[in-house]
Amino acid sequence: MAADTKVAVTSVLKVEKLTKHFGQVTALNAIDFEVAEGEILAVVGESGSGKSTLARTILRLLDASSGRILYRGKDLLGLTAAEMRATRRHIQMIFQDPYASLHPRRTVFELVSEPWRVHSSVAPRREWPQRVAALLEQVGLPQAYASLYPARLSGGERQRVAIARALALRPDLLILDEPVSALDVSIQAQVIKLLMTLQQEIGFTSIFISHDLALVRLIADKVIVMNRGRIVEQGPTQAIFANPRDDYTRLLLASSPELVGETATKEQEA
Amino acid sequence: MAARTLSLTPPRRRLAADSRLALLLRSPVALLSALVLIFLLLVAIIGAPLLQDLANTQNLRLRFFRPFSLERGWAYVLGADALGRPMLAQLIVGARTSFLVAGATVALAATIGTTLGMVSGYIGGVVDAALMRISDIIVTVPSLLLALSVLFVLEPSILNLILVLAVARLPIYLRVSRAQTLEIRERVFVEASRALGKGTSSILWRDIRPLVVPTVMTVAMLEIASVMLAAAGLSFLGVGLQRPDVDWGTIVSEGREYLTRAWWATVFPGLAILVTALAANLLSNWMRASGDPLQAAAMGVTASREEAARP
Repeated sequence: MAADTKVAVTSVLKVEKLTKHFGQVTALNAIDFEVAEGEILAVVGESGSGKSTLARTILRLLDASSGRILYRGKDLLGLTAAEMRATRRHIQMIFQDPYASLHPRRTVFELVSEPWRVHSSVAPRREWPQRVAALLEQVGLPQAYASLYPARLSGGERQRVAIARALALRPDLLILDEPVSALDVSIQAQVIKLLMTLQQEIGFTSIFISHDLALVRLIADKVIVMNRGRIVEQGPTQAIFANPRDDYTRLLLASSPELVGETATKEQEA
Repeated sequence: MAARTLSLTPPRRRLAADSRLALLLRSPVALLSALVLIFLLLVAIIGAPLLQDLANTQNLRLRFFRPFSLERGWAYVLGADALGRPMLAQLIVGARTSFLVAGATVALAATIGTTLGMVSGYIGGVVDAALMRISDIIVTVPSLLLALSVLFVLEPSILNLILVLAVARLPIYLRVSRAQTLEIRERVFVEASRALGKGTSSILWRDIRPLVVPTVMTVAMLEIASVMLAAAGLSFLGVGLQRPDVDWGTIVSEGREYLTRAWWATVFPGLAILVTALAANLLSNWMRASGDPLQAAAMGVTASREEAARP
């Protein structure tokens, strides 16, 4: 596998034989992969292929059936509930739907400062106003938004708040679960651009779950292709897009409208 | 409308309360109900300690003294009962007990019921099953019968009355808060809180409670009226309060024997119960409507509240 050839880089997350059953259904089937420091790993696949389940299982929002999840050498599945809560400071997640992931009765200030309430060692209370101001600036929101409720904000603005909240703890690993698919197309580019800028500034490692192949090609270093709970192919982005080895990957690439060649479309029309 | 506050001060919590008050001022029925309740409450708090002795002063020469006469001073303006005790003074002293019993019962039942309901709904499993079966059992036994039998065995005192009524009323809060929690638990912001590293107690207190409490408050307001009626019913049946403790139910119960000779000994305390229950019901109905974003919009609610209520 491609990951084996890179030896020098430290791995932030290493998943071994991760399996998750929902009753009779196998949502994740012996998943193996590794994410190196500063890397963007894309997870692609159709709806129901287990992408979101993978993200939630890594964060232990869902209980894994078996396998190992090594975060910097530490098996997350072996931690006690309290240890896991403390570890979550380093692994943050941004959810798909910003309309659902923000508490409706909390202002932007409260939402962004919430992580420090949980992990009180990160920022003392008197620093909160400055820190929130800095984070809002970082994600490109006006300072006045601090006193607003999420209902006042647009989808893109809400997702920026969610990003600010995730960054408040300066995470080491950021899991992005289709962070733009619930947003208007015009807003998607802005949010992606913001994420990429922040990734370069802060240098977090990230797992980017998406079904937008054009986007994945643009930003990811490595790609995992999932189908029915198993990884059908993984490797560097270039290699996967240039020379897909698995049938399912080819099917996925072929069904992505942006990637269909100009001639193919014309032939179909003719 | 852009917010004018540019400084990053933590938001003012009173905003929501302010706009709700403004809304209340525009709704005549709700406002009247609130004023009636506040008036009765003030009378009970201020008047009762002052009139305690007068209310228990017996004067057999004033037996069945007719109402609406200022001959014997204002305390006798609503007449006197079979032992010549002034009705108005008794009503005021009784108001304090009635409000105390109703308020304490509702507060106790709502606090315990909501806490258990949220825990039950969030944790689920065995805890949930056990709590819900207990709640089913309490519901199956008619609350008046339960209270009647317990108070028959125990000595009827204010404390026992409150405890018994609170137990009987527990399932309502338990079910309402559990049902709400079951729905809120599945929302993504709760998952987001878990992803932040929050523990169960913090999620219950900071994420779920703020969304459950408004509903419970509305139920509690409605319950004030029912509990007051239930307490009056128990007193009426003779297992409620005993003299010298007196509440409106006791007065109705005592006056009943002389209904044909002195209607005022029954009608006035009955009227007091009716007015209080009606005001509490109307106010809780308004609270429910104003808490519901759909109905609140029709009532001309301000933007911030409507938005805060929206998911």
